[in-house]
Amino acid sequence: MGDASLSLILAFIIFTILTLGGALGVVMNRNLFRGTIWLMVSLFGAAGHFVLLSAPFLAAVQVLVYIGAIAILFTFAVMLTRSLTQISDRFTRLWWNVGGAGILFVVLVGTVILPVWGGFTPSNDILFANVADTTQLGIALVDRGSETTQGFVLPFELASLLLTAAMIGAIVIARDADDDEKGKRS
Amino acid sequence: MSVLNEWAFVGVFLLLAPIFPALPIGIAWLLRPNKPNVLKSQTYECGVETVGDTWVQFRVQYYIYGLVFLVFDVEMVLLFPWAVAYNQLDLFAFGAGFLFIFLLADALIYAWKKDVLVWK
Amino acid sequence: MDCIGLCKLIFDAGVRNQELARFIGSLIGVLLVSGVPLLTVIVLIWVERKVAARIQDRIAPNRVGPFGLLQTFADLAKLLIKEDITPTAADRILYNAAPIVSFASVVAIWAVIPFMFANNPEGAIVGVDLDIGVLYFVAVASLGTLAIMTAGWASNNKYALLGAFRVVALLVSYEIPLVFALIIPVMFAGSMSLVDIVEAQSHMWFIFMAPVAALLFFTSSQAETGRAPFDLIEAESELVAGFNIEYSGMKFGMFFAAEFLHVFTNGILMAILFMGGYLGLFYQAIPPLGFLWLGLKGAVVYFVFLWLRNTVPRLRIDQVMGFNWFFLVPVSIINVILTSLILKLMQVSGFAPTNFATSNLGEMLPLTIVMLLKDVVIIAFILGRLGQEGRRARIEEQRANEALTAAAVGD
Repeated sequence: MGDASLSLILAFIIFTILTLGGALGVVMNRNLFRGTIWLMVSLFGAAGHFVLLSAPFLAAVQVLVYIGAIAILFTFAVMLTRSLTQISDRFTRLWWNVGGAGILFVVLVGTVILPVWGGFTPSNDILFANVADTTQLGIALVDRGSETTQGFVLPFELASLLLTAAMIGAIVIARDADDDEKGKRS
Repeated sequence: MSVLNEWAFVGVFLLLAPIFPALPIGIAWLLRPNKPNVLKSQTYECGVETVGDTWVQFRVQYYIYGLVFLVFDVEMVLLFPWAVAYNQLDLFAFGAGFLFIFLLADALIYAWKKDVLVWK
Repeated sequence: MDCIGLCKLIFDAGVRNQELARFIGSLIGVLLVSGVPLLTVIVLIWVERKVAARIQDRIAPNRVGPFGLLQTFADLAKLLIKEDITPTAADRILYNAAPIVSFASVVAIWAVIPFMFANNPEGAIVGVDLDIGVLYFVAVASLGTLAIMTAGWASNNKYALLGAFRVVALLVSYEIPLVFALIIPVMFAGSMSLVDIVEAQSHMWFIFMAPVAALLFFTSSQAETGRAPFDLIEAESELVAGFNIEYSGMKFGMFFAAEFLHVFTNGILMAILFMGGYLGLFYQAIPPLGFLWLGLKGAVVYFVFLWLRNTVPRLRIDQVMGFNWFFLVPVSIINVILTSLILKLMQVSGFAPTNFATSNLGEMLPLTIVMLLKDVVIIAFILGRLGQEGRRARIEEQRANEALTAAAVGD
């Protein structure tokens, strides 16, 4: 395979613009609901990047979980706690905040990304490497581990435990809020 | 390479799909009359004028449903690879999957007992 | 739709650039594939009205064209020239984008639906045989939820917003039994690709092996698309039409068409996932016959959707949620656990095949019988519980009546 094709580069640029542009839209838009919409755009861009990395399962997971559940929860939170006229926040002009973020960005790029940067020529090695498909993912998830494979059954079960803890915690908090709002019930 | 080819088709599909409904809407925009007046553009509220801020009453119920759905969503997403590889695995795989589902069913039973899933 | 073949054709026809050939091939493929749902929508609206009318013992529109077949076009013309009243202070971009996203998300599902058998590398005429077909379907359907939320908010109308919240809460809740029911065919076929799922049913349809899962999918689809008895989304008598109050003209028409198409798409999906898709007599010898079988099966399921819609009264929101969280979700979880248990036990002991597509009817029979038994047990259990609840409710009602009459006589 020679260099990455034009359509691949184009797709990468489009998804990058979606991701970064969406992120910018989230922080710069005064209207909170529009901010959540920009968040969904940004997450969609991230899903596109997963496709470009030959991980379509993760792309679908991104759309299904992030956009279909988490972003909807964001929307609920925004809309249930404000009236429609309060939906725009004042932009507090703390420019030194922006400066601090910029410095952090430069530091991170310098220490994390530059050491592994391969240059501007797109290489096909990473994109088309032999990536596992869903069946292998499934086999790995219940693998107890041996000399040749890295078994992930323990993280699998721990993830379930984590989810259970999250749900119970959320219910406890929500119930307290409910009790406060409606007055103590039995 | 064919994976990316497949998804290129999906990409083209997703680009074109919004055009199909946009076309009739565009044609309608060309064809229809456009005579806005103050009365027509007001927010609809059974013929009465809206009073006060447009608040939606805070019901924690909406949020709880979203939360429980989120947890189950992540669970289902983790169950899909398990189901795909299921035919090739041994009995231990059932045990692992059963434990996974059981823990979350446990959380569901907790939610049930605490009456948070009831819409009031 | 063999895209590689199409692209080769174009390449040989003169477009030398491989990229461009691939793009044009994809474009033509998209147009061909999406032509099916778009043409179907036009017929669907007529079918819907006719069936609804006949069940309600009246005649549907039959003036415009023979049997009212051209009524759809008359309605289309009406919607096109209706004035579009955009409320002031509505969020212009989101207000206009919502119906488009709603319709586009339903059409996008058709990219992965296999139409008929073919001797190409994918095994079928399909837009694209994604490895994650089923997950793609669920992900795209969840984008539709998002569109409704946006529509509700962008109308700047508290009733639209309230309607949108209830709708999103309903859609989100019913996605859980839907996806749990989808795990069963995926488990049987060992793949999320829709073509593989169809091929795995070559010897036994999944609806015979997992009727409970099929029923769960059917019921959740009914709720996901906002059909009765769950149609408080568009309850015409409450909330004054819910989240699409402020929409008129063609934008409203798009929401409308998106809903009809969504129901039909779910019907086709149920046919593919549980009833064998394009499998049938001679589906390999005469591929278009497979398309006919798929259409027939999808139409049967669609008819049952319509039948249910026009027969059953509407449920209240708390009944709808209770039905989901206290009935559908536990049943779907138990179904997944029991199905996986039985499947694994039978596979380990050699009574069931591990690859459904390559086995034969004889190997599949023991598994089918045991699965059916399990489902009968589940349904019997459910009916027993329902009977208990019904008896209890009747006894309470009787007691309440007696108390009332005693009080009346006593006074």
